[in-house]
Amino acid sequence: MKITTKLWIGLGILIILSPLGLILPEHFKAGSAWGEWGADEMQKLVGYIPKGLQKLSSFWNAPLPDYGFKGWEEKGLPHLSFAYIISAILGIVIVVAIVILIGKMLAKKDE
Amino acid sequence: MHIPDGYLGPATCGFFYALMLPIWAFASRIVKKTLKARQVPMLAIGAAFSFVIMMFNVPIPGGSTGHAVGGVLVAILLGPWAACIAITVALVVQALLFGDGGITAIGANCFNMAFVLPFVGYYLYKAISLGAPAISNRRVIAAGIAAYVALNLAAALTGFEFGIQLLLHKTATGQALYCPYGFNVALPAMIGEHLLIFGWVEAIVTALVIKYLQKQSPELLKEGGR
Repeated sequence: MKITTKLWIGLGILIILSPLGLILPEHFKAGSAWGEWGADEMQKLVGYIPKGLQKLSSFWNAPLPDYGFKGWEEKGLPHLSFAYIISAILGIVIVVAIVILIGKMLAKKDE
Repeated sequence: MHIPDGYLGPATCGFFYALMLPIWAFASRIVKKTLKARQVPMLAIGAAFSFVIMMFNVPIPGGSTGHAVGGVLVAILLGPWAACIAITVALVVQALLFGDGGITAIGANCFNMAFVLPFVGYYLYKAISLGAPAISNRRVIAAGIAAYVALNLAAALTGFEFGIQLLLHKTATGQALYCPYGFNVALPAMIGEHLLIFGWVEAIVTALVIKYLQKQSPELLKEGGR
């Protein structure tokens, strides 16, 4: 088997395991990454929401916020894990497509 | 380490976009000269790996979370300029599609994770593994050390960018406009958690994959083999 084939399989395994990145923090009661708090958390932490932050934080509405589906936030871990896997697949397909496109534009033809 | 929208003021955001534009342009030129068509799938795998490894949030029990970036590994296999492009693509998709990292902070996030991280990691790996055969243990250790140092440096930079906001922007009443924590909090928080936990995750992941590649495909690790 070619090494690239093995690595693609490895990526597939990582996609399936990706919900661990959701489940483990939940299990160990870990919150957001440092400096990545939402407005509510910010209010709790410092007692106010910085004005500039409040304005800019809604600058962009991501279609799959936090690797999940909108409206599914309260649905529980199995649903969130499913959305997480779909997000991983979608993200990888798009990343790979863009890199191959860039690669095609930049890379030298093999002699 | 993905700075969201709103944590950096316009000056910082603009500064890092301005800094990254020539880096991206230069990276494309270098990659155009050096990347062979048969390496493109490997570059795509590298970008995909970086994308998905960042989804593995590692918890500090009762505290915050963090993750590896995988960027040093991509740099070791394909060179730092190619890694810069691969990680940039991963970060832009994360920001646009998943709201992980802000749009206004893409310049800063790319500077930390797609530029400083792969470059520091790559040259440190080169220095430590200098002259070592492709299948030597020194390469595995070099990869681990390089990954650990590079991730921590990127985290320290992120902490610096957070911390400087309080110096740059304040309301008349002394309230923060953007990131509300100064250097005294942001730097130890970012550096501490990466030194203690997330740096090790990056180191172990990088070293294990290098070990695996030594067994499966050592030609990927040969000097000048890329």
